[in-house]
Amino acid sequence: MPAAHQIDINHVARLARLTLTEDEAARYAAQIDGILSYIDTLTRYDLGSVEPTAHAMPVYDVIRADEARPGLAQEQALSNAPKRSADQFQIPKVIE
Amino acid sequence: MLASAPITTLRKQLAAREIQPRDIVLDVAKAIESRNSEIGAYLSWDLDSALAEADRADISLPLGGIPVAVKDNMNVMGQPCTCGSKILSENYRAPYDAGAIQRMRAGGAVPFGRLNMDEFAMGSSTENSALGITRNPRDLSRVPGGSSGGSAAAVAGGLAVAALGSDTGGSIRQPAALCGCVGIKPTYGRVSRYGLVAFASSLDQIGPVTRTVADSALLLNHLCRHDPHDSTSLKVETPDFTAALGGDIKGLRIGLPKEYYISGIHEGVSASVQAAIRQLESLGAIIEEISLPHTELGVATYYVLAPAEASANLARFDGVRYGRRSASASDLMEHYTQSRAEGLGSEVKRRILLGTYVLSSGYYDAYYIRAQKARTLIRNDFTDAFKKVDVIVSPTSPMPAHKLGELKDNPLAAYLEDVFTIPVNLAGLPGISVPCGEAAVDGVSLPVGLQIVGKPLDESTILQVAHAFEQSR
Repeated sequence: MPAAHQIDINHVARLARLTLTEDEAARYAAQIDGILSYIDTLTRYDLGSVEPTAHAMPVYDVIRADEARPGLAQEQALSNAPKRSADQFQIPKVIE
Repeated sequence: MLASAPITTLRKQLAAREIQPRDIVLDVAKAIESRNSEIGAYLSWDLDSALAEADRADISLPLGGIPVAVKDNMNVMGQPCTCGSKILSENYRAPYDAGAIQRMRAGGAVPFGRLNMDEFAMGSSTENSALGITRNPRDLSRVPGGSSGGSAAAVAGGLAVAALGSDTGGSIRQPAALCGCVGIKPTYGRVSRYGLVAFASSLDQIGPVTRTVADSALLLNHLCRHDPHDSTSLKVETPDFTAALGGDIKGLRIGLPKEYYISGIHEGVSASVQAAIRQLESLGAIIEEISLPHTELGVATYYVLAPAEASANLARFDGVRYGRRSASASDLMEHYTQSRAEGLGSEVKRRILLGTYVLSSGYYDAYYIRAQKARTLIRNDFTDAFKKVDVIVSPTSPMPAHKLGELKDNPLAAYLEDVFTIPVNLAGLPGISVPCGEAAVDGVSLPVGLQIVGKPLDESTILQVAHAFEQSR
């Protein structure tokens, strides 16, 4: 990993679906650079042969019987929709 | 004052018919109305629905008629669930009960009141809430800790009988320590996360914040249960945690990690914890030095994994199905980017950006996989240590409560305060914070917490040690 991180903050913001002002972009880039420098502590250890851990208490293949069971009713699922139309979530137009 | 009594006392009064459940709810409401404007523990409370539930409560159940305040990131049907964020504060109402709330209701408890928190549980001072400041009841110029700052301030300030919090890197234990109450994070998978708004799914766990260890044990008896709605929920028996209390701790082996007792701990915290260790020794425990050699990797590992998981979890806040929706967007992409920019606060944005970066193409192996490997080493450290000792003891937080605003512009310094609590989440272990003394700071006496960490699923032993210590003080 390079010592100076030079993160392309606007690219990352696009991936994260966040609009940033110029001020925010500069501030976050500097702060994240500082945090990444600290995170570089991880490079001081040889981790090559270590198995990664995703969950501390691994539970595998959680399945249930394929039977119908109650879930959220349509009205409940739509109850917090910012905008709805014809019992569906409404979003801005996506095709011309 | 019923609002500031332990659950165990209230249960006796209820059983003797000296009081009714509604008396407790009304007393809590009175305490909220008189003191919440200065403490800011609650964001909202619905007295009418709580009274209606209290009147229906079956007091023959173990938690029958006991009001429990809830951190504002757990869904309680029909109530707000803001997560301390503007993105959820306008009109969201929970369409269902979280698994932990179902369990509380099954035990007879009455959910009452919504507690302030760092936005989406990201923070350790509650200063990151977009919806208001919470103050430490001991000194109103100081933070209550966080992210479950509202939970700890409500219990410590006499504004709640007991509360639920959530803990991703110390968010139950650290505020409990800073406010002077008991807080426990159970083993990962003990308590259902269904209906808990996810921050970092592999680390989040719900637990109680209470006045006494016995009250925590009582709540855990009901909270811990397998839930088919949560695929990480463990299919294990729930012991009677109350039965574990009261036994002596003669011969119990307590480990002190040599890596934890180094510089950087406030002298008042250090003195209180040393005195607590001597106290445990006088109760018959055997104190041994142990080593957790990868301790210095804990915070760095956490600040890769937790933001990575958060960046994925918080993608759901897109202004489509619930939450804030920007009025100014002209197309779908702007609809996403603007709704999120308007609704999320700066700490949340910082962590989403960091998490997105460490998961992005070209950096995934260098950061995310590397951190998952470091997590293995941290977990192995504990596995090895627990071959020699029964529990591990440390300060909960290296510092007592700081002043409001003190760490505002230094996110990294704030992150480093979680050094003793974070490894416990990474390893999925149970940990409790119990009050162990006071630290004098600027002429004010501030609470100090002792953290006791146990083997996986061995909450009983840490409760037993915490209880023995509490009763001996």
